[in-house]
Formats: sequence, C-alpha cells, structure tokens
Amino acid sequence: MDYTAIFVLGIIGALAAVILFVAAQKFKVVEDPRIDEVEATLPGANCGGCGYPGCRGFASACVSASSLDGMLCPVGGNATMAKIAGVLGMEAVVAEPKVAVVRCNGSCLNRPKVNTFDGAKSCAIAASLYGGETGCAFGCLGFGDCVNVCNFGAIFINPETGLPEVDEEKCTSCGACVKACPKLIIELRKKGPKGRRVFVSCVNKDKGAVARKACSVACIGCGKCAKECQFEAIKIENNVAYIDYEKCRLCRKCVEACPTGAIHEIGFPARKPKTEEPKESSVEKKITLTKE
Amino acid sequence: MNLFVSASPHVHSGDSVEKNMYGVLIALVPAFIASLYFFGWGALIVTLTSVAACVLCEAAIQKFLLKTKVQVCDGSAILTGVLLAFNLPSNLPIWIVIVGAIVAIGVGKMSFGGLGNNVFNPALVGRVFLLISFPVQMTTWPRPMGFSGSYLDAETGATALSLMKEGGASNIPETMDLIFGQMGGSLGEVSALALLLGFAFLLWRKIITWHIPVAIFATVAIFSGILYAVDPTAYMSPVQHLFTGGLMLGAIFMATDYVTSPMSKCGMIIYGIGIGILTIVIRCFGAYPEGVSFAILIMNAVTPLINTYVKPKLFGEVKK
Amino acid sequence: MKTFSIGGIHPAENKLSAHQTIQVASLPKQAIVMLGQSLGAPSTPIVAKGDKVKVGTLLATPTGFVSANVHSPVSGTVAKIDNVVDASGYKKAAIFIDVEGDEWEESIDRSSDLVKEITLSKEEILARVKDCGIVGLGGATFPSHIKLAPPPGSKAEVLIINAVECEPYLTSDHQLMLEKGEQILVGVSILMKAIDVNRAVIGIENNKPDAIKHMQKLATEYSGIEICPLKVQYPQGGEKQLIDATIGRQVPSGALPIAVGAVVQNVGTAYAIYEAVQKNKPLFERIITVTGKSVARPSNFLARIGTPFSELIAQAGGLPEDTGKIIGGGPMMGKALVSIDVPMTKGSSGLLIMPTLESQRAKMNNCIRCAKCVSACPMGLEPFLLSKLAGNAIWDSAEKNHIMDCIECGSCSYTCPSGRPLLDYIRLGKGKVGGIIRARNAK
Repeated sequence: MDYTAIFVLGIIGALAAVILFVAAQKFKVVEDPRIDEVEATLPGANCGGCGYPGCRGFASACVSASSLDGMLCPVGGNATMAKIAGVLGMEAVVAEPKVAVVRCNGSCLNRPKVNTFDGAKSCAIAASLYGGETGCAFGCLGFGDCVNVCNFGAIFINPETGLPEVDEEKCTSCGACVKACPKLIIELRKKGPKGRRVFVSCVNKDKGAVARKACSVACIGCGKCAKECQFEAIKIENNVAYIDYEKCRLCRKCVEACPTGAIHEIGFPARKPKTEEPKESSVEKKITLTKE
Repeated sequence: MNLFVSASPHVHSGDSVEKNMYGVLIALVPAFIASLYFFGWGALIVTLTSVAACVLCEAAIQKFLLKTKVQVCDGSAILTGVLLAFNLPSNLPIWIVIVGAIVAIGVGKMSFGGLGNNVFNPALVGRVFLLISFPVQMTTWPRPMGFSGSYLDAETGATALSLMKEGGASNIPETMDLIFGQMGGSLGEVSALALLLGFAFLLWRKIITWHIPVAIFATVAIFSGILYAVDPTAYMSPVQHLFTGGLMLGAIFMATDYVTSPMSKCGMIIYGIGIGILTIVIRCFGAYPEGVSFAILIMNAVTPLINTYVKPKLFGEVKK
Repeated sequence: MKTFSIGGIHPAENKLSAHQTIQVASLPKQAIVMLGQSLGAPSTPIVAKGDKVKVGTLLATPTGFVSANVHSPVSGTVAKIDNVVDASGYKKAAIFIDVEGDEWEESIDRSSDLVKEITLSKEEILARVKDCGIVGLGGATFPSHIKLAPPPGSKAEVLIINAVECEPYLTSDHQLMLEKGEQILVGVSILMKAIDVNRAVIGIENNKPDAIKHMQKLATEYSGIEICPLKVQYPQGGEKQLIDATIGRQVPSGALPIAVGAVVQNVGTAYAIYEAVQKNKPLFERIITVTGKSVARPSNFLARIGTPFSELIAQAGGLPEDTGKIIGGGPMMGKALVSIDVPMTKGSSGLLIMPTLESQRAKMNNCIRCAKCVSACPMGLEPFLLSKLAGNAIWDSAEKNHIMDCIECGSCSYTCPSGRPLLDYIRLGKGKVGGIIRARNAK
C-alpha cells in the first residue's frame, strides 16, 4: 500500500489545526458574556425600534448602561425589560405602552383625487415629487411605505379608504413606520387605559378654508376643541390642533366640539345615540371604524 | 381635469421585453429553416414539442404554484423552448424533449424566481441535464437527410467534433459543408451561415451588442490557432473550430442571454474570453467532444462575480 | 461629428414648434411672481400689499449666498403675498401683482438697436448681472453671478455656450439664435470679458443646420468665438457632457467644470446678459416653447415671468380636450404639473402638453438584466444596480457605486425595456445619500 497520501493529508490536517488554534488565540475578541445573555432574552427582530442597531446593539448598550431608565425594547415591552433587569441585576423601569397612530382620515370619500400619480409606488418618491394625488399636501399618500417597513405585519392599507390602519394587537410601537412616513403622519401615542385614546386625525397646516376644500374631515384649526378642553391638552399650531396625550384625560368633549369630525376616539364603548345632535352620523361612523 | 403626474422622464423608447424576445426569435428563423432543410420532420417535431412544453410548464408554474399572473406572452418561454430544441438531436424521442423542457423551465428558470432572476441559461440547463441523463440518445446524431428521412429511424452518424475526438483532424467534413451545415449535429447548430445571418439581425435591431460573440470567436480562433500551430495533425484548425459544433449557436444566442451575462462592456469581453478558453479546453482535452454548453454554464456562474468587480468606466474617472 | 464619449440616447425629436417666429405673449391679468425663482433659498420680498410697481422694479432681494434678485415683470399694484402651488407641486410663497398698463422703469433702454461696444469693466459686468437677477436659463436656474465668479485659485480657460437644446420638443433656443444671433454673440463677448477668457465655443446640435450656418456667418466678426456643430445625442446639454463633446475634457466625479478650466452658460442666458449689460434690463421675460402633438398652434413665446401657464396655452390654441399630462420643461427632465394655473418662472423653458395615450408609463416588468441602461448612462453608472440599492435602502453601497454622479437625465428609464422607473428610485437614493454625506461632513 502507498502510505504517501495518508501521510501528506495527515500533515496538512495537523498544520491547519495548528494555524486555526493560533488564529483563534491571537484574534480572540473579549466580550462581556452578559451581552449574549441579554441578547437571548430579546425578540431578535432587529427592528431598530429601540434606537440601537439591532438586538445585539441594544444588548451591549444595556450591559454598559448604569441604569435601565429610558431603555426600552418596544417589541418585547416591559416583560422583556424585566427579564433584562433580572440578568443584569438592575431595577426595571416600567414604560408606558405605546401604539402607532395614523393621523389622517382623508379617505377616498373624504378627500377626492385631483390627479393620478403614475410613478414608482413609493410614498418617499411621490413626496419628493409633489404634494400628492389630492388637494391636501400634508395627508397620507397611500402607497404603503409604512406597510413595507413593518416587520410585524401590524399595519396595512385598507383598500376601501386607501389609508393605513394599525393592528393594535400586533403593533409593537417600534417606530419603523413613523420614520418611513415622508409626511410625518404616523405618531407613537400612549396606548391609554383599556386602549382608549383621543387624537386629532389630521396634520394639514393649510388655512381652514383651504384645508376644508381639499378634505371634508380636515382639521381647520378653528380652536373649538382647545376652548372645550379643561385640561389644556390641546394646542393649535400652524392651523392644526394637537392633543398632548400626557395631559388628555379622555373626557371626549373635544370630539363632540369638532365641526369637521377630525378628532377621533378609539376604544370607547359606543355612545348613547343623541338624536338631537346633528353630527350624530359622523360620530357613529367613527365608532364603527374603531371596531374594525 | 385629472392629470397624470410622474417624475421625469415622461417619454419612453417603446422598447419592451416582448420586442427583445420576439426579436431574438426572428433572428433564429434562418437557422430554423436550415434545420428543416437538413433534418426535415424531426426538426419540426422536436422544436414544436420543446416550445409547447416550455410554455405550458411556465404557465402551469405561474398559475398553480406561484399563483401570479401568467406572463408566458413575453416570449421568454418560447425562446427557451426554441433554444433547447436547437441544442438537441432531431431524432430525440418526444418524451425526452419534454423532460428537458420541464427541467429547463422548472429548475433552470422558475425555481430562481422566473425571468430576470435565473443564474444559468435555462435552455442549457435542460440540455446539459439531458446530456448527462441520456448520453446515448443525446449523442446519436441523424445524418442530414431533409424531409426524405423519417423522424425516429433516421440514419445516424457522428458530429465533426466526435469524429475529431476519435480519429484526429483528418476525418472532419469539408470547410464549405461546415459553413452551410451539411453535417451531423444538433438541429439548430449546423448552419453557421444561417446563425450569422441571425447575428447580423440582432446587431441591426440593437438587441445585443457585439462584445460577447466577438470575444468568444476571437478567443477560440486565437487559442485553437496556437494549438494548431503546435501540432496540426492532433488539433483542428481555427476555422474548423469556429464552424463546428454549437459554437456559433452558443456564442450568438446562448452566451448573450441578457439575464445570465455580465452588464458592463468590459465584463462582457472577459465573459466571452472565458467561454472561448473553456470551450477549447473541453473540446481538446476533456472527455466530451463538445464543450460550449459547459463553458457557458460555468461562465454563467462567474457572471455575478464579474458584475461585482468589473464596473463600467465612469465619466471623468482619473486613470491611475 | 463630435459628441460626448459615454452612453447617450436619441429620443424622437418632435420639434413641432421649430421655425415659429417668437411671438410676444399678451400681458397676464394678474402676474404671480414666485419668490423662489432660482436655485437656492427663495428671495426676500421688499414690497408689500398695495405698493405700486413698474416693469423692472425690484420686488425681492437675495436670501443667502445662492439666491437672486427678482424684478417685477408687469406694472401695477401688489395684490397680496401668498402661497400658491408652483411647478414643484407644493405651495410656495409668491407676489401677486394686478396688472395696470405696461409702464417700464426709466432706466431700461427699450430701443431695439444693437449695442456692440462693451463699455463696462469686468467688475461692473458682474455687478450688473447680479443686480438684474440673471440666472441660468437652461432650466437649473443657478444664479449667474456666482457661476461667473470662479472660486479662488481656479482660472477659466474657455467659455462654453450651451445651444444644443437636446430636449425633444423644445425650440426656444433654436428660434432665439435665428432671431437674436447678433445679440447672443455680444452677450458671449460680455461673458468672455467677465470671466477673462479669449476663447468661447458655442455647441449646437446638427438638427439645427440653419442656426449653425447663421451663427457661423455672424461669428466671423467676433474674435475668439467658434461654433461647434454636434451630433444629435441626449443628454448633450448636460454640463459635463457638453464640455466633453466640445473640448474633449472630462470633469472628474464630484468636481465643477472649472476644474477643467471651463465655464458653461446657456445661450438664453447669454442673451439675457446682453440685455442686462447693454440695455440695463433685468430678467423679467424669457422665450418659452408651448408645444405638444395635440396643441393647435405650437409656438415660441416671449412671455413675462409670472404669467400663468393657462394664459400661454390659450394663446397657443387652447388646452386640447385630450390632455393627459402637462410638463413644465422638456419631456426628459421636465416636471409634470398638477394644474395649469402654475405661473411661469425664470426657469420655464417650455410647456409640453401630452395626450392621454402618451401620458401613462408602460407596465413594469422584472429587470431582465439586458444592460441597456448601462449602455445608455452618460455617466458610466449602473442604473439597474443603483435603483435596486435605493429601493432596498442600502445607502452605503449606493454611495460606493457613485450614485451622486447621476445627473438625472432619465436615459436609463427611457431605455428600459421592462419599463422600470429606474430614475425614480435613483433620485430618491441621491436625496438620501446626499443627506448622509452632508451629515457626515457636518460632524
């Protein structure tokens, strides 16, 4: 038998083993083992919602941080943060759960199209080109950039309204859609007790008449809601109202005061129908919307 | 007034995938007529079977597996069918042709995501699959008999290249026969003249550029010329290399496949040179008499690498 | 015949309004003068509601370095300063002037005599160009006084005049050369004096043989001005392409034309500079082509800035019933407008009306990697790759593949057999990568 082949292969094998061993020793990267432990507790979605590059980035930030205050994995929520706190022996800081809110109600019905966009189906491209298919240059373009970036399938375009809707069960408030929206329509708002929220579903900065002409449910900046509010939660700036969710007590008076129906309430039980109210139909509509 | 709004440019050349695919098919017409002249019914049956099988296979996959819109009308499946048929002997049993078509479309094209995403030329994937699976049927070549010969029981003979493999350079046909196609071989590859006519059409319609075919021809000519100069008795002359086997068909119609060839002009030339060298190496030193299919498939695999490292020349680039 | 060295396409020329004599467009009832008339920041208004203005009265002054003066194109009363949708598709600030008569500022020489002798010094010329609010009239509207003042340490060797008019449909420069050839040549001489060079090259594409012949005949009387006929090839009017085509020098990536000793000006700008320097006339009117296959009378108009496009369309035979798209500028680089009430600006070189059938883009298919975009790209880029990288938000790789070199000429989208909106994505990528680079440089 010819033993040369066995001999040569054996030598090559041994040499490779030695090289590998030396390389492994020489280029060894010393890393805090706790980073791996923290990373194991994270969801692994690498969504970037925490503000760090991926889950590992967040894990190493947690390990090097002196306290977990302000650190939140929006996907895993408080449960995950508690686990991380356990691993690191630090105190968990409970953060208020949030949810993505689409602040535009300019559906096909409310906001008629005045031209047809024929470019690549991307909000970012349409926004860099012009104000959009409707008379409102601030509202939703409806090409679904937010849908494309959502890692959790929590946002989808309703084909009837042409507007994105958030699936609250799935939404992790990672904020990817907020960053993707070129019109800055989507906002992370406090989920609220029992998921109850009141918000202005419009960001149109045009003067009242102009905004109203483009969209029947636009905020016209009339300020009736702000006058109605007893908690100073509503501010009118640039012809558009904004409700501060930290101050809002969910009294819903502003919803009734709004002449265009731009203020939405979500998660409340259905109101008793008030027949004498002329705005009753629009209120009803809003409530059915929330049920979807 | 509801105006259309889009970003510039607002005009388009009117070019389309269909125009390119059907353009290549038109360019293949002379070669098809030549194959009918030489191989008669066999050529017709094999081509029609292959085209029908490719189109049906793609439509079925798009409709039932991917559940997308059926897009066989773009002509790419027809083209794959024709090119596959052109690479087969004209007396191949129908069922083998169908197997080849299913492999070409199913494995070679649709498994990668359909038109535009395949790494390898689908027709060649089908052909090489058949060559490896059915070596006997795939290498018994009918003699050119025209419509007087029958389909399956045609008189068979060897190709110029296999004659060469067996007995050296003295056995091969006359050069004029090579140019017109009076020899054994796959049904579409025999008539160099018809294929060159197709090449001229492709260049005129600007469907392909000259870079890949010319790079292949030049490399084959130079490389085989060197070998021929070293030993004229053992190797064929460059002219014979150029006009035998699938070189013309491969260089003009298979290597220039949009999807699987490099994007930059410089890359195209590197790709062509690679195919040329591999073809001659396989022909002269390999186990198979013909190497164009393998050469193109190997270079298909190298294409992404070429695309990554060979970039077109930038405007205003400073020469280093 | 000379042309640029890489890529290029040849779209159907469709110069429907060629050889139509320049008509003076009637005055608008109300002029809407955009404050953002040039590249850079919108100018700052110096008039208020109720002010009386004459033709040529200064309305707004520059804001920041890259910005230009804006003058009144009409005489009348300032009605309001308000936001209006302009060619960009967004609302921008504009001065609305109700037109009353046509009274010009006395300082403007309204005679049509040709003034050949250049009496002003180099510095005075530059100051006059700045005062008169001259901007590049080719479409980019870069303030000319900045372009004519090369950065310290660089020296211009040759002036190149862009008269190629490579955009299909547009004919304003062509007609201007036929009618105002002498004035253009005086303007070129003024420009040569301003940047202190003794050689100027006027590049004209050979689909305008009469203009080439006319200009060649006139140019014999002017020293240092040569006419360079060029092969018809889009985008020859691109600054870098034109320098390559006329004098065979390639501007390096990221550099300005001055890096190869060239300064490029549009032929329309040369005419505007003639009028500014010799006649003291600010830039408040320009030649604009109103054209389209369905337009009754494709025309070249001399129109005041601020005229709503709708009034120009009316003078060209009215808006055709079958209108699918209205483009401000040419079909390759122009902007689609959302309404015809958009006012004309200094950068409006044309107004193109497309029938519905030609307005919609082709159906989009998979990229078949045919490399036609690579062959067409005049900058030697790989549009298919850049578009894919931008679509997938891979910015670092897009930057490495020179996305910032893209001149947005649209040759790639034009040529794509799969009808892919390549430039849409590349433009998006350019915006993002540009932002990333600026943020990095700011650190």
